[in-house]
Amino acid sequence: MISLNSYLLASGILFAIGCAGVLTRRNIIVIFMCLEMMLAAASLSLVAFSRYHLSEQGLPNYDGQIFVFFIITVAAAEVAVGLAIIVALYRTRQTISIDKLQSMKG
Amino acid sequence: MPTPLFILFVLIMLGSALVVVLHRNPVASAMALVCCFISLAALFIGLNAYFLGIIQILVYAGAVMVLFLFIIMLLDINREEEEAIFFKKKNSFIAGCLIAVALIAQIAGVCMSYKPGKERAPKLTLREAAYMRGVEVPVPSANRELFKGRLPDVKLIGEQLFTRYNFHLQIIATLLLVSAIGVVTLSKKYPQRRVTENQNPNNPVNPEGDSTVNGAKEGQL
Repeated sequence: MISLNSYLLASGILFAIGCAGVLTRRNIIVIFMCLEMMLAAASLSLVAFSRYHLSEQGLPNYDGQIFVFFIITVAAAEVAVGLAIIVALYRTRQTISIDKLQSMKG
Repeated sequence: MPTPLFILFVLIMLGSALVVVLHRNPVASAMALVCCFISLAALFIGLNAYFLGIIQILVYAGAVMVLFLFIIMLLDINREEEEAIFFKKKNSFIAGCLIAVALIAQIAGVCMSYKPGKERAPKLTLREAAYMRGVEVPVPSANRELFKGRLPDVKLIGEQLFTRYNFHLQIIATLLLVSAIGVVTLSKKYPQRRVTENQNPNNPVNPEGDSTVNGAKEGQL
């Protein structure tokens, strides 16, 4: 049967792939997608914890799942704001490569 | 020994995550990320988190990824330029891979060294839970489904969300409102050109204002 370790290992590998993507890619939109992937990896481990650590009543511990619910909400808000920033950035600089976006001055 | 479905979905998830990182076309990356999120939702459903699985597909794979695709098409990214830069920066590529490999090695080491007593997930005791919850709960209809042997996932999450986490829910609602206002403010086009050109006295842009000024001067003269 599936142990908690398998879920944590899968979540950790997904997080590591996302982290590698953030560090190696040059396109700011792909970096943003990899950030989303890291958030999703964290929520996989939270859901696994919620299933493997039951509450006193024998139901899944819903604290972890509500945490994931909040993570999804915050990620959606973050994507909206981040993409608006990227569009504003593209409008002023005409590029989205992070090699050319090195100064904070507008 | 993990079940075949778990292995299948984990392989799909990790494979499409690798495609997201390695593919040079941002549209292909976005589609691979949709695939990754859908298999992640399948893993959620395998963990008895039905509500979160559906939310993951609806919000992430639906709304968020459509937003990403929309922005990619709006910006019309030059792919060849990206490709050249991706290969030129060897150092950052090697450093990023090294950090990821170190992270995986550490997690694998911890997971291999720790051996819990029970391998399988603890069994859900739904009928006992229906008795233990009692009658005085915010959502009594969840008890009926629990008694029938079904897990009323949405009802139980909603019960927690509107009782114990009510304050947090309101904070999240405020956050969403603020981010919506922020997006509107950020993507609003400010009339920058007119301001800068009006500040330049040598090059007046407003021909009407100019003619009136001249007309007034001529009239005075």
